[in-house]
Amino acid sequence: MATSLTNEEINRYSRHLIMPEVGVAGQLKLKNAKVLLIGTGGLGAPVAMYLAAAGVGKLGLVDFDTVDVSNLQRQVIHGTKDVGKKKVDSAEETMKDINPFIEIVKYEVPLTSANALDIIKEYDIVADGTDNFPTRFLVNDACVLLGIPNVYASIFRFEGQATVFCKDEGPCYRCLYPEPPPPGLVPSCAEGGVLGILPGVVGLIQATEVIKLILGEGQPLQGRLMLYDALAMKFRELKIRRNPECQGKCTVVKELIDYQQFCGVPHQEAPLPAPVSSTDISPQDVKLMIDAGADFTLVDVREVHEYQICRIEKAQLIPLGELPKRLNELDKNADIVMHCKMGGRSAKACDVLRANGFTKVRNMTGGILAWADKVDPSVPKY
Amino acid sequence: MPKILIPTPLRQFADKKDAVEVSGSTVGEALGALTAAYPDMKKNLFNDEGKLRSFVNVYVNDEDIRFLEKDKTAVADSDTISIVPSIAGGR
Ligand SMILES: [Zn+2]
Repeated sequence: MATSLTNEEINRYSRHLIMPEVGVAGQLKLKNAKVLLIGTGGLGAPVAMYLAAAGVGKLGLVDFDTVDVSNLQRQVIHGTKDVGKKKVDSAEETMKDINPFIEIVKYEVPLTSANALDIIKEYDIVADGTDNFPTRFLVNDACVLLGIPNVYASIFRFEGQATVFCKDEGPCYRCLYPEPPPPGLVPSCAEGGVLGILPGVVGLIQATEVIKLILGEGQPLQGRLMLYDALAMKFRELKIRRNPECQGKCTVVKELIDYQQFCGVPHQEAPLPAPVSSTDISPQDVKLMIDAGADFTLVDVREVHEYQICRIEKAQLIPLGELPKRLNELDKNADIVMHCKMGGRSAKACDVLRANGFTKVRNMTGGILAWADKVDPSVPKY
Repeated sequence: MPKILIPTPLRQFADKKDAVEVSGSTVGEALGALTAAYPDMKKNLFNDEGKLRSFVNVYVNDEDIRFLEKDKTAVADSDTISIVPSIAGGR
């Protein structure tokens, strides 16, 4: 444990050192602190950069993703030159440039029930910035079991939520939400979109809470859910109480479980095309049908704003949400192929049609992204 | 009339409105009025048994109704009801 600051550190952190709320003692707390960041994406980017700059001594990064050009609209820790690199490597490079005096530990793995406790137990505080429910519940349960505070934030489109879970006798994530939504009911950022500056604001609330917990200063965002609406530019605060069933020590959590199963998601690390079945059709085969002049209806179930980005010439647009009301626009006996962006929403649309007596309904696997890859490279991917 | 704040993911089921004024003297009545006006909202808020889904929390002002009187919690005209679903985005 460090008991002093070097002269270089004193120069670097002087704006902290002259504040009574931090001072040398506080800066040493930061230097000796160990914080684990789950995800180095939208939320993880600002958290990692600011905690590195502030001089948090050891920062762990968990991410197995690589930098994609579509990340750069918000993940400011990565740059254009980093596209294709591992996110943990790209993040480390930026953080080391900001502050060479800190230690960075990279975990280039998906967090699972098998490795979560071993990884998390090395740290004092966790900052959860993942993008899926299974990992959210896994991180919560591991933090409950280990008694480690979890500084939580999540984002959707232009709204954010933030709070501090598992600190002392405070509530945990399951106290707030006992169960995850069934898959498909709540869209992810990839499906729902996210305003690029949103994770900046919400991530910095997270980073602020991390710093306060380390310093032991101020009122932690514990037992309070901060809601932020960027369009309205409003912050609201709701009370989070300990769920009676979680009382004592959040006793609902006894051990880590299978979180993919808990959240009803099939076992896979990344979104894969839906399994091929007789009700599926490949983009190549759809193209063959179009070229052959086959008599069939192609329905695009994406949203209007997605249709404006790119579309397949033949397709008729009926957004999934409007489908039940617009069934009369389709012929029950026609040969129908449904498509969306990646194949998930169109699979649901197929179910809607079948439930309403449509018989010849097929789902174009992989959606318009697969169409762009396999049929028409001039179609932009988003 | 009490005001219900509609969260972003559910606005598509409420003509894109961010707030709706409804009649009702309890949370249950207010939510009933909401789903009567916007039927598509119903399956997103309630399960098949008509119970509030466990990933959707409802607050009267800043207090979670699970710690008040659930759907029997009284609401006055000046109260604001918030629907807050869990979101998981971070990337
Ligand atoms: Zn709990």
